[in-house]
Amino acid sequence: MNLTLNVWRQPNRHTEGKMVEYKVKDISPEMSFLEMLDVLNEDLLHAGKDPVAFDHDCREGICGSCDLFINGRSHGPEKGTTTCQLHMRKFSDGDTITIEPWRANAFPVNKDLSVDRSAFDRIIQAGGYVSVNTGGVPDGNEIAIPKEIADRAFEAATCIACGACVAACKNASAMLFVSAKVSQLALLPQGQPERKTRVENMVAQMDKEGFGACSNIGSCAAECPVGISLENIAILNREFIAAKATSNNLA
Amino acid sequence: MSWITKTLTSSIGRKLIMSISGLFLCTFLVVHVVGNLQLFKHDQGAAFNAYSHFMGTNPIIRTIEWVLVLGFGFHIYEAFALVRRNKAARGHGYAQWKAEQNSEWTSRNMGLLGTIILIFLIVHLYNFFWRARFGGLEKIGGDNPEISDYDNLYLAVVSSFHIWWYVLLYVAAQISLGYHLWHGFRSGFQTLGLNHRKYMPVIKYAGYVFSVVVSAAFASMPLYFYLFTNEQGELAANAPSLIHAVTSAF
Amino acid sequence: MLLDSKIPEGPLAEKWEKHKFNVKLVNPANKRKYDVIVVGTGLAGASAAASLAELGYNVKAFTYHDSPRRAHSIAAQGGINAAKNYQNDGDSVFRLFYDTIKGGDYRAREANVYRLAQVSVNIIDQCVAQGVPFAREYGGLLANRSFGGAQVSRTFYARGQTGQQLLLGAYSALSRQVAYGKVKLYTRSEMLDLVVVDGKARGIVTRHLITGEVETHAAHAVVLATGGYGNVFYLSTNAKYCNATAAWRAHKKGAFFANPSFTQIHPTCIPVSGDYQSKLTLMSESLRNDGRVWVPATVELAERLRKGEIKATDIREEDRDYFLERKYPAFGNLVPRDVASRNAKQMCDEGRGVGSSGLAVYLDFADVIKRTGAEAVSQKYGNLFAMYEKITDENPYELPMRIYPAVHYTMGGLWVDYNLQTTIPGLYATGECNFSDHGANRLGASALMQGLADGYFVIPYTIGDYLAQIPPKPVDANHPAFAEAKAFVQARTERLLSINGTRTPGQFHRALGHIMWEYCGMARNAEGLTHAKAEVRKLRNEFWQDVKIVGSGEEMNQALESAGRVADFLELGELMIDDALHRNESCGGHFREEYQTPDGEALRDDENFAYVAAWEYLGDNQPERLNKEELIFENVKLTQRSYK
Repeated sequence: MNLTLNVWRQPNRHTEGKMVEYKVKDISPEMSFLEMLDVLNEDLLHAGKDPVAFDHDCREGICGSCDLFINGRSHGPEKGTTTCQLHMRKFSDGDTITIEPWRANAFPVNKDLSVDRSAFDRIIQAGGYVSVNTGGVPDGNEIAIPKEIADRAFEAATCIACGACVAACKNASAMLFVSAKVSQLALLPQGQPERKTRVENMVAQMDKEGFGACSNIGSCAAECPVGISLENIAILNREFIAAKATSNNLA
Repeated sequence: MSWITKTLTSSIGRKLIMSISGLFLCTFLVVHVVGNLQLFKHDQGAAFNAYSHFMGTNPIIRTIEWVLVLGFGFHIYEAFALVRRNKAARGHGYAQWKAEQNSEWTSRNMGLLGTIILIFLIVHLYNFFWRARFGGLEKIGGDNPEISDYDNLYLAVVSSFHIWWYVLLYVAAQISLGYHLWHGFRSGFQTLGLNHRKYMPVIKYAGYVFSVVVSAAFASMPLYFYLFTNEQGELAANAPSLIHAVTSAF
Repeated sequence: MLLDSKIPEGPLAEKWEKHKFNVKLVNPANKRKYDVIVVGTGLAGASAAASLAELGYNVKAFTYHDSPRRAHSIAAQGGINAAKNYQNDGDSVFRLFYDTIKGGDYRAREANVYRLAQVSVNIIDQCVAQGVPFAREYGGLLANRSFGGAQVSRTFYARGQTGQQLLLGAYSALSRQVAYGKVKLYTRSEMLDLVVVDGKARGIVTRHLITGEVETHAAHAVVLATGGYGNVFYLSTNAKYCNATAAWRAHKKGAFFANPSFTQIHPTCIPVSGDYQSKLTLMSESLRNDGRVWVPATVELAERLRKGEIKATDIREEDRDYFLERKYPAFGNLVPRDVASRNAKQMCDEGRGVGSSGLAVYLDFADVIKRTGAEAVSQKYGNLFAMYEKITDENPYELPMRIYPAVHYTMGGLWVDYNLQTTIPGLYATGECNFSDHGANRLGASALMQGLADGYFVIPYTIGDYLAQIPPKPVDANHPAFAEAKAFVQARTERLLSINGTRTPGQFHRALGHIMWEYCGMARNAEGLTHAKAEVRKLRNEFWQDVKIVGSGEEMNQALESAGRVADFLELGELMIDDALHRNESCGGHFREEYQTPDGEALRDDENFAYVAAWEYLGDNQPERLNKEELIFENVKLTQRSYK
């Protein structure tokens, strides 16, 4: 099929960008969306033009690198799917497709469609871990965890940190991302010793990065490629309130 | 900053204030709507005026009134603070934005709905509250010395509800309120962290029922007087029999 | 050069304990005076960086991703082995050791593998303590599943996302050290050369992928945890960025490259659907726990399937050939990967392959769905089934999956001794980047085990032994070797940009992949390899005359990044061919058609080839020198592998 693409082009973080129109021809419906962009980039390179920069790596929906805002939606129209797993059979011949980078002040554009999501790393660094050193830990089976709790913790832990939640949120809020990690560790016995400081510090860092607040709209969970649920945000709120009310942290 | 101000100005803290003030305002709505149902009584406003006199003079109510003002104040202030923060968080906007495919219209437009309600509130307060509190209303008069000195708020209400644009504003505001509550009720619980697999569906549907019932009850008042009564609030004989049946229950 | 593997003396089971006592220690107050560079932040890198920082060393961690969490370890699906014997089914450290040595077709070093099996149990404990949500039984204890090449259930898992959960555990430990200031994290920084001062590794040169800035970094030791080189084949289950550049640059600076031809072809991948395809997707080996592999019994039926006249479900039970169950009754569908792959290829070569291309076999879940219900199957494999459907548009709950082997892992890598040190003092290699533990074939769920074993439990001890022997003085970053290495990197970038030819890096990569897959893939022969060697050389010459890149080096330039990696693949590819050509035997993933048993199994030649081939770089366009490390087996008997 033949398609028209409206792609955001921006040379670097400090230069203004704009939408540019491209045509791609003979796209197979079996292709993935990124393979379609590969075709565009090969064409551009052959024509001596700068290919479109975009983030990608594993192309199997787990590394969280790909981050395209396609036709007004995070990762495009298909539910529960990363951009790399979106296939062209979801589009029709003659379609015009708009491709933009994630938009959030906390995610500055590197170039074209590639954005800087290091804010997520800094939030994890603020407390998204259990403070254990290598060695000296108890036997794995000494900590019995009910299957149901382990499963729920796992579901929260499957977040791939792609940022689709931030991109889709009207407020560019990172609550779903933060809540996934907070609730994973709040549910598990291993997370208990640092339960209060963790949520206090992670939320403080989230605010510092300039993400918006949560309006409980639900766009984030609806666009999450791995199905992190809104229940996690409620857990985060609960953890935050309890921590602020009872922790010994006066700062 | 102390830990308290830090907590309350954090993104979750601000939402917490929104939630608590919002749910508090819901309780106010319940009191308000139940009290106002007195309007439907076929007694030339006696019950309603007695009720409004009580509300205007009882010291406990007058004290709680200040809490209510605070509730509105916080709710409105935080709304502006959050909108500013949230707009800044996006920065550059999207060329194409299809939020309608992943969320409800009302959830995304709480600010718009709230603003309509706020405009209504100003008009509403001036028209009834201000006049009742600071004069400008007729007295009831008549033979009963106990009530003859009361303000006849009933008459003011009924005559206001015969002005078409006034009725229109009321109805529009109540539709906004309904949508505002549609999202706000459930959202308030979510912000407080009160989300549980078992109870969330109950909260959700209770919220839907609450928002429809409250806003419909409020909206029914101006419509009733505009459509079915004369300027003294007497039900017209040619009003539908259903209306007769319903209002006679009060 | 004599390769000293530095295997400690003593009985197998005591070597590691003894060695840990014998290695020199760095006094705690001195640890902060040593800097260590860790390149790569996958399982091996993140775990090493975190553990070294916890000990007190100053760590600089490098990744070309925007975040450490994107490393391709994240995509590992099935699980991680550990000799816990929680299932009471006869597992032990020795059995895991034995299975791994046997699975590797007796081409791995006994002492390393035994140590791996020993520390495997600590890994599970460590990960649980970090909050990794492993699958659990209703009683709250850890669950296990079975994997290929083993008759016990020793694989720990987190649905089909075990690699993700383990990596996030290591990433969280790393993040904690970043917060403490003990690890300085350099993201979007690609290592493009190693700095060697007086024969010792003393630093690296990196290019920042967003700004294009070329920087040098100095340290007392360098750890490479940069993964494997499966992307030589262009199409593989590796991520798009996976490359050999860091390891190859180290090789050219003096680190020997061991067994480069040992490549693992994974039997269960989604088949290729067209020329545009950019990568292949793995369907976890764990699926072979419950899925049954089959092809039609006759060529006629296969033809009708290929033409789309009939569907898989139309074929009667008696017309199906469950070839793995038929040929290997003891292990059935759970034979090791190399055996499963080769048999699938054989079926397709016989004309019984399915799918429109005929290059696929079925992996059928009808039986297990009938036995336990679709819900139970979804609990175990839900995400894999969903992924399969997204890619192929077919529902695996209704139709059997179509699968075909694809390049997945490279057992070869930088040669390391028992301490994981390469032939350059101060340069270490961990995880898939080294060659050490898997011999000629890796068992399923062992890559995660090795990466974490190296990073959490081996390198923290062995690197101390090296550092304790050098003075705790700052490394002189002004040594001319740093400027030289930087100038080399800049010159190479300039050269790539100046060619301005007609073919894109992608086109060259595809062409190389085609040659490698055709002649150095699942089955190899001397004639084909010789032909391929000439082809690769020709392609390499064309590359340096005709590659096309636009833009500059001072900006984000993905075509330039790709070109640099392809240039290195074009050199490594030739070495792989040399290695495959010199090894006149079949073993594990290296199947030379000239050397097979009458029933088509790999035929080893232990008399002549029970060694590690460690290749030494001597200069551009010169043949590399072969060095041998003899493999001595004192604890297992070398036999023909049998899974019947």
